Amino acid sequence: MEQEIKKTCLHDRHVAMGALMSPFAGFDMPIQYKGITEEHNAVRHHAGVFDVSHMGEVRVTGKDACRFVNHIFVNDVTGAPDGQIYYGMMCYENGGTVDDLLVYKVKDDEYFLVINASNIDKDVAWINKNSEGFDVKIEDQSPYYGEVAVQGPEAEAAVERLLGIAVKDIPFYNFVTLPMSGEDIIVSRTGYTGEDGFEIYGSHDFIRNVWDKLIKGGVEPCGLGCRDTLRFEVGLPLYGDELTDEISPIEASLSMFVKLDKPEFIGKAALTAQKAEGVTRRIVGLELEGNAIPRHGYPVEVNGEQVGEITTGYRSISTGKSVAMAMIKKPFDKLGTEAEVRIRKKTFPAKVVKKRFYDKNYKK
Amino acid sequence: MSKVIEGLHYAESHEWVKVEGEIAVIGISDYAQHALGDIVYVDMPEVGDEVTAGEDFGAVESVKAASDLFCPVSGEVVEINEALEESPEKINEDAYSTWIIKVKMSDPSEVNALLDAATYTKLCENE
Repeated sequence: MEQEIKKTCLHDRHVAMGALMSPFAGFDMPIQYKGITEEHNAVRHHAGVFDVSHMGEVRVTGKDACRFVNHIFVNDVTGAPDGQIYYGMMCYENGGTVDDLLVYKVKDDEYFLVINASNIDKDVAWINKNSEGFDVKIEDQSPYYGEVAVQGPEAEAAVERLLGIAVKDIPFYNFVTLPMSGEDIIVSRTGYTGEDGFEIYGSHDFIRNVWDKLIKGGVEPCGLGCRDTLRFEVGLPLYGDELTDEISPIEASLSMFVKLDKPEFIGKAALTAQKAEGVTRRIVGLELEGNAIPRHGYPVEVNGEQVGEITTGYRSISTGKSVAMAMIKKPFDKLGTEAEVRIRKKTFPAKVVKKRFYDKNYKK
Repeated sequence: MSKVIEGLHYAESHEWVKVEGEIAVIGISDYAQHALGDIVYVDMPEVGDEVTAGEDFGAVESVKAASDLFCPVSGEVVEINEALEESPEKINEDAYSTWIIKVKMSDPSEVNALLDAATYTKLCENE
């Protein structure tokens, strides 16, 4: 039987505004309101707000919380100051990726994990399964939390002015917990666009109120369409494209988030071997000549032989170039390698480039 | 609501055909351009290419996705709309005055199998 499609706490707002809706990760989500290009540019140059209430939240508490998070997470939270956030992955023993996530250090015995909507059930099962022997309590709080992301160079001013939340002094990848309207809300300086911005977590009622105030104040409503074009341009991975259960963080060119010097974590042996011996394939950037657009799954060829495939591709809205991220076999992953991308019946020349197609504009 | 124009012939795959003698002028409907969103690239055949009714002859790409174009009639491509190479967004602006290719039909009776405006309007309403 088909599973019933879920709705976020802002669903009625999207429908009322005439957003183009589409199923994503089991939720009926807004893809665009006015158009992907216009929303993308609003985030690059002004401010936009995204409904990201579909994301999952898991709270880990208990005496062994730090040791447990370090056990399931490839980044290192040892000695983290309260309020610090870490990006990283959970991996299988073989190095494949369960999910990529943010870990919020609340205090020594409390961590808040933000996971991908498409992986909530799988992640919660994985986290529970691996918690045996650790003194921790694991709570899936996804149904409780709504979440919005306010992104763009004017996000700070918008949040301060329209929501009355003091965010100016929150450093990059840090968060605060604030009492507001009788509940504790979470505000972090994080995002998935390459721009400065904030992610705000609270009850459904609180998030609805936040959304209404931001929209009324002129912040551009943005759909998942431009969320993908924005993250792509700055080289951020999407689980399902650049990371999967068969793609390790090392292969995804994300080894800076894998702390192999930690005493222990799931996948350490496999990832250590990949790092030492080198991987057979890797995510790289590709720039195409001409206007054709590379898409997920299109073959990449060298001298007529397939050497990889596109994981995400677009005509970059910010640069106008046809660019892609692609999983490419060694040694064709080297910068400057000339290849061809097969698009329908033709092939188009392409060159391996850095996967950051547009410079991030974080406030650090 | 999407616009449908009287006097054109429509394919279920959302292309329109305007018959000018033995020439079929082909574009995509307002419904199609709206469903696609911002169009950023049109992959067109070359002049002289043979096309077959029901088979793909190129693609229209929005920011988000590529959508194949299916030829409503068979024949030879006699002209492509070169303006689309620079300005594919013209299709979003006016889908019916922005044609994509012109085909010299090898079997003009194929047009009879296409939908009229009223039938096509119903099809769009049901999608």
